[in-house]
Amino acid sequence: MLHYAHEQLQGDYYTRAFQAGAQEDTLIINMGPQHPSTHGVLRIILELHGEYILRAEPVLGYVHRMQEKMGEVKTYPQYLANMGRVDYLHALAWNWAYVRAVEQLLELEVPERAEYVRVITCELNRITSHLLWWGAYLLDLGAFTPIMYGFADRERAMDLLQIITGSRLTYCYYTFGGVTADLTPQFIDGTKDFCKYMRTRLPMYKDLVTDNMILRHRVDDIGIISVDMARRYGVTGPNLRGSGVEHDLRRNTPYSIYDRFDFEIPAYEECDALARYLVRMDEMEQSISIIEQAIQSLPEGPVMPPKMPKVIKPPKGEAYGEVEGARGVIGIHVISDGTATPYRIKLRAPSFSNLSLFAEVSKGILLADAVSILGSLDLVIPEIDR
Amino acid sequence: MTMIKKTPKQSTLQGIKSLFVGLKVTGRNFVMPQITTHYPRKEVSNLATYRGHVDLVPKEDDPMTSKCILCGQCAKACPSNCIELVIRKEEVEPPPDEEAQPDSGSKEEATAKSAPKKKKVKRILDAFMLNYNLCSLCGQCVQTCPVDSLEFSTNSYLAGFTREEFIFDLLERMRNKQKASSSG
Repeated sequence: MLHYAHEQLQGDYYTRAFQAGAQEDTLIINMGPQHPSTHGVLRIILELHGEYILRAEPVLGYVHRMQEKMGEVKTYPQYLANMGRVDYLHALAWNWAYVRAVEQLLELEVPERAEYVRVITCELNRITSHLLWWGAYLLDLGAFTPIMYGFADRERAMDLLQIITGSRLTYCYYTFGGVTADLTPQFIDGTKDFCKYMRTRLPMYKDLVTDNMILRHRVDDIGIISVDMARRYGVTGPNLRGSGVEHDLRRNTPYSIYDRFDFEIPAYEECDALARYLVRMDEMEQSISIIEQAIQSLPEGPVMPPKMPKVIKPPKGEAYGEVEGARGVIGIHVISDGTATPYRIKLRAPSFSNLSLFAEVSKGILLADAVSILGSLDLVIPEIDR
Repeated sequence: MTMIKKTPKQSTLQGIKSLFVGLKVTGRNFVMPQITTHYPRKEVSNLATYRGHVDLVPKEDDPMTSKCILCGQCAKACPSNCIELVIRKEEVEPPPDEEAQPDSGSKEEATAKSAPKKKKVKRILDAFMLNYNLCSLCGQCVQTCPVDSLEFSTNSYLAGFTREEFIFDLLERMRNKQKASSSG
């Protein structure tokens, strides 16, 4: 019994390994697994000297659900439901990456209308994801009001997505060859109104938050991620664009029909939290523009290919489907052995790479700034742990 | 063509002004109508498109039986094995008059062949069990059903205290619903 208590006091493997390298007169604390700023169960062990961080080590795996292993026991369509649960904020991008990989294996042609529907819904989902990040990030920084505005607007977008997908968060909407339901006039009118409405809201966000002096002090010159560091860790998405690299799969390797739309890839050269913040704010505007263009040129036609195999049994081979998610490049590698169940599925989660650099970027900064950096990375913990 | 932009810098004066601009936004919202809903007294208006658990669709000519043809495709397609079909086999003697009715030559042959085995085994759906505890609402069952006998319900206020409350017999549910709608 006594021995057991002794073991408990020793801490777990991560604590012991971290403690081994501690300097004198420092304090080791846990940030998380239950911490408001980690938005999920992420634990970061910190070594503090006063208020300055000497070392930081993220500990992952609290919401590990064996998503990759599950792929090896489920059939191809059965695994679709998992995709919405990997990243609950941009579920449709994960849906898309998976169906893209399997479509490559099956050599399926996606009807044009289905591609448009995918673009519209995926971009709408990106806006909801960024809105939630926006609200939650400011909540971390101590501003309570913005999340209320963010959620009120996000609610409208989720209502729209609910019309066609039937769910509000963990969508399972795309399917091999197309989408499960066609757009309704209610959705199209609602989305047009939403785009108009958001165009009035974004300047309000700018007035209320982006230009705010207090926010500027919390994000300006905080958490400098140099291009070199970003490349070493494989950072993608808004975090990379905040470091001044115009890398966006929608533009660099245009998939689906993204080459038909006219949109900008916002990028800022400052590499700090403010740059990453502004990238996301600009991205929402670009998403609205893409949705408007897509709705304007939405073709008529079916949303599913005319001939679909009854049982999805791709031939032997492998395929890699990647899309630009709200947090970066989402990649899914599917290996087929010719049966109805994938041989192996590998998920590339952008948040995992984005978090990896935290240990390096947080060296020597204030504890309060660590919260600001974590928020600016826009982490989704279930996606990291998968 | 995109340009890599610079983040706009702010002077102290602009910073102080920003605080008042923010206050203006807050002030404007203060006098705007409330956008939240007092739930038990009022309900939100977007529930019609909610996709809840599946329900069986009744036959148009016989509302007490479902369209289900007992193929079991939905149970196979389900990622979490939450559908179970309880099937009873019953031997029924087909009325001979109806069997002899078809007048085309090939069908007469077919009836002649099947004539020796008098008893036909009929499969009857006793219960369509759905374990809603496990369901992830992916909709695979609805998509695979060859006769469209499944649809989504729209009950978003489903709640209960025990696990057993979420194991439904969809056939019974459908019949109760039909009874209620025919009587009411």
